[in-house]
Amino acid sequence: MSDAATGRGAKVNRPLSPHLQIYSPLINMVMSILHRITGTALYFGTLLLAAWLVAAASGPDAFHAVSGYFDTWPGWIILFGYTWALIHHALGGIRHFIWDFGVGYDLATIDILSWGTIVASILLTGAVWFVVISRLGGV
Amino acid sequence: MSLRTPLKTARYLGSAKEGADHFWKQRVTAVSNLVLSIAVVAILVSLVGADHLTVAAALKRPEFALPLILLVVSGVIHMRIGMQVIIEDYVHGEGAKIALLMLNTFFAVTVGAASILAVLKLYFGA
Repeated sequence: MSDAATGRGAKVNRPLSPHLQIYSPLINMVMSILHRITGTALYFGTLLLAAWLVAAASGPDAFHAVSGYFDTWPGWIILFGYTWALIHHALGGIRHFIWDFGVGYDLATIDILSWGTIVASILLTGAVWFVVISRLGGV
Repeated sequence: MSLRTPLKTARYLGSAKEGADHFWKQRVTAVSNLVLSIAVVAILVSLVGADHLTVAAALKRPEFALPLILLVVSGVIHMRIGMQVIIEDYVHGEGAKIALLMLNTFFAVTVGAASILAVLKLYFGA
C-alpha cells in the first residue's frame, strides 16, 4: 500500500506540550522562576562584594570611592535588592532541601512552602535593613 | 552516599562523564553557603558606615577573614554550576554555548581569586 493510503510519513497534527504562556501563574511556579532570577542576580552581585573587598585592600581612597557609590540612592536600591535576592535564594534553597528528602509534595504543603519563601524573604530583608538603618542612626 | 545507579557505573559516567557530581556539589555548597552567608551578612552589617581604618582592622581578625574566604570559595563553586545549567538550558548554538561556558568559569575564578587576594592582603596587613 502507498504512504497516502496508510498515512505513513504524512504530517500529523499531534498535540503539543503547552509552554509557559498557557498557564496562569501558580505560586510555586513563580518561586521557581524567582529562584533562577535571584541566582543570576547573586552571580553578578559577587562583583559588588569583590569590588568592596578589593577597594578595602587597595587603600583609603579606593575604599571611600566605592563606599561613596554604595551610599547613593541607586546604590542603596541595589544593595537592598542584593540582600533580598540572597535571602530569597537561600530560603528557596531550604525549600528545595525539603523536597530533596522526598517530602512536602502535596499541594497544600507546596503552597505553604512557596508562600513562606516570598513572605519570609521580605520580612527577613526588612529585619536586616532595620538593623542597618538603626546602626546608621536613622531610626 | 552514592546517587549513582549500578547501570550508570557500568556505562561510565553518562554523556557528561561526571555522573551526579554537579548535583551533589551544588547541594554541599548550598549548605555551606547558607551557614557562611549568615556569618558574612552579620559581619557586613557590623561594618555598615565604618571607615577604611575600621574595616582594615576588622579584616585582620580571623573570625572576620575566614568566613569571607570560605563563602567566596563555596559561593563561586555554587554559582558556576548554577550558571552552567542556565547556559545549557537557554543557549543552543554549540559555539556560543562553549564560549559562554568558558566565560562562566573565567568569571567565577577571577571574582573568587580577586576577593580572596583582597582579604589575604588585609589580613596579613599591607
